[in-house]
Amino acid sequence: MKKLFKLFIIFFKIGAFTFGGGYAMIPLIEEEIVRVNKWVDQDEFLDAIALAQSIPGILAVNTATYIGYKIYGLPGAIFATLGAVLPSFFIILIIVMYFTETMRSPGVQRVFMGIRPAVVALILTAVFKLKKGIPRNAFTYILVFGSFLLVAILGVHPIFIIILSGTLGYFIYRRV
Amino acid sequence: MKIIIDIFFTFLKIGAFSFGGGYAMIPFIEKETVHINGWLTSMEFVDIIAISQMTPGPIAVNSSTFAGYKIAKIYGSIAGTTGVVLISFVLMTILSKSLNSVKDSPTVKNIFKGIRPAVLGLILSAALSVGKTAIIDLKSFLISTFVFIAIMKLKIHPILTIVISGVIGYIVY
Repeated sequence: MKKLFKLFIIFFKIGAFTFGGGYAMIPLIEEEIVRVNKWVDQDEFLDAIALAQSIPGILAVNTATYIGYKIYGLPGAIFATLGAVLPSFFIILIIVMYFTETMRSPGVQRVFMGIRPAVVALILTAVFKLKKGIPRNAFTYILVFGSFLLVAILGVHPIFIIILSGTLGYFIYRRV
Repeated sequence: MKIIIDIFFTFLKIGAFSFGGGYAMIPFIEKETVHINGWLTSMEFVDIIAISQMTPGPIAVNSSTFAGYKIAKIYGSIAGTTGVVLISFVLMTILSKSLNSVKDSPTVKNIFKGIRPAVLGLILSAALSVGKTAIIDLKSFLISTFVFIAIMKLKIHPILTIVISGVIGYIVY
């Protein structure tokens, strides 16, 4: 029970402080779940992201569901998902009821001019932290930069990247 | 009551058919709420997206809560948010359960060995796409650099860096 509550609080905190959507949540989940609480390791966390990306829906919420399930079964999945969703639900509700005008004010805009570049750095740190468990070989570098280029330059959908890299992994690591 | 059920199923559909999360969902939400059902005007939708981007949490949750409220107050926002999350919650739970039983098979292990580096590439491309709109001048570049160093070298908690950057943004802009 204590663990369930903790799971909820952690994802609530993550949900309350992630600006910029999906991928911006990854570094925060990594900090809390992988580094501080050590509930899953770097590799398992990358697997969770891959699975979350492979089904429809919201990346951050899917990741929360998966990790919650992994740690504490179905109740874990429910608590983690609620934790990830509820902060934005309440924040939006309060804003739409009382503060729609405030959000357009120059002061608020300036705060966000500062937060946006921070989010970029945050997402980048996730790459460096999560690479730990991955073997350093030519195949890894080709996959990292290949998928980056396909998505960033050619606009390929992430789901194809996951299918393609999984197939390549199967054929290449089968021999060694 | 009918409108609440309509909202629920509309967002259920949005949640069930949008791969890639967040930004990929926006055109879909617009089509359903503005063009097909006529629940919101285009201007209201622009407001919803702008505010969703400025508030924490997944954009899809923010915009479904917001749109649900605009259409049918608090019940609408509950119906919209529940709808958008439900299908993926069920799919993800089934997936975690079935994966648990096969995760030690060599085939599955090899597949994931290939996927992991590719996911790093995906995260890298997310950084680039956010960076394009976020890093617009020297000040924003410096904020980004300092946050990177603060987290990697000084081990400062990511949430703290967000709060500090917000304060810096308010002062320097």
